[in-house]
Amino acid sequence: MKPLSVIVTSVCDIFAWFMIVFGVYVINNGHNTPGGGFQGGAIVATFLSFMLVAYGGKRFWAWLREGVYGFLEFLGLVAFFIFGCLGFPNSFFYNSIAVPQGGEALSEWLPLCGTISLMNVAVGFEVVGALSLVIIYMYGSIRMVDTGAGMGGERGHDRFDR
Amino acid sequence: MKKTIFIAAVILLGGLLCDMFEEMHPLGVPLNTAMDDYILAHALSDRSAQNVVTAMVFDFRGFDTLGEAAVLFTALSSIAALFRDGGKRE
Amino acid sequence: MTDSIAKNASDFAGNAAYVVVALLVIMALYSILTQKNLIKICIGIAVLGSSVNFFLVLLGYRQRGGIPVYYLRGAGDAMVLPTPQCLTLTAIVIALATTALMLSLVILINKHYGTMNIDEIRRLRG
Repeated sequence: MKPLSVIVTSVCDIFAWFMIVFGVYVINNGHNTPGGGFQGGAIVATFLSFMLVAYGGKRFWAWLREGVYGFLEFLGLVAFFIFGCLGFPNSFFYNSIAVPQGGEALSEWLPLCGTISLMNVAVGFEVVGALSLVIIYMYGSIRMVDTGAGMGGERGHDRFDR
Repeated sequence: MKKTIFIAAVILLGGLLCDMFEEMHPLGVPLNTAMDDYILAHALSDRSAQNVVTAMVFDFRGFDTLGEAAVLFTALSSIAALFRDGGKRE
Repeated sequence: MTDSIAKNASDFAGNAAYVVVALLVIMALYSILTQKNLIKICIGIAVLGSSVNFFLVLLGYRQRGGIPVYYLRGAGDAMVLPTPQCLTLTAIVIALATTALMLSLVILINKHYGTMNIDEIRRLRG
């Protein structure tokens, strides 16, 4: 994939980071506004495809550290399971550290709501890692098809091997 | 020929679907709402979350979300297994 | 007689949103059953899943209901049902994962056979 024009790279320099800021906003306010871990994680994962489209494959591979996204995936899954285990005297996934707001519906912003916010952050990490790794692997497969013979897949069966 | 049969089957199935949707309960009047009313009444007072959908995804039905994360991880690992040798980095 | 016809007509007008779902299902089935290109079949499957999600959200709609967020719901007291929205969120993420897996398999099939046409793939088998 060739890098695009200087217009696209300038716009990417300016706006790609706001994608991450907006995604973190959506993740952190998941209990107050429409949104949450999955949606915000998908928004944050847009950053990587934006960088890939704007800067092309060579700068992408030079800039990328794949271990970061694998670590995010691992961290999100383990943290999600641990936050689920926090409510164990009662039941799995019981929201044990929430402060009940009893009675009438409030008309204001709530700062925290127990494990729901923590699980939003954990699932956000997990979705960021998973979607970014999907983008990385699928783009790597395009390189695999482009370069032709002798590359991976089912050995001895592909037509490029013969 | 095969395409004609397929198109006929699609039209027949679509007619059956439209017929079925005509007989459904009117839009805007859901039938069994006891569980949803309970959750709408208790999401803020018990779990202190303004957003009922998030409270449901992560609290009332947290086990579903664990399975969903597992599905996402499974799809990711199967994609990684499909392309395991691909993309020799330079 | 005329009463029943009028009632049927009003029911149909009220349920027109369901007919949109039926049209989406028909278009997706047409794409899945008659197209030869694997990418077009994948698009058909994605549209089918989206129409099912649309149908689920539609089932939870309540007359003059606001969104299920307490302080953003607007003037009315009613809120739409949260359960279909929650499970639709689950279904959307799973559909995304399966679509990524499906497109990866299409990439591998294209690498293996050198074509996207399902008839040629069937002929080249073995």
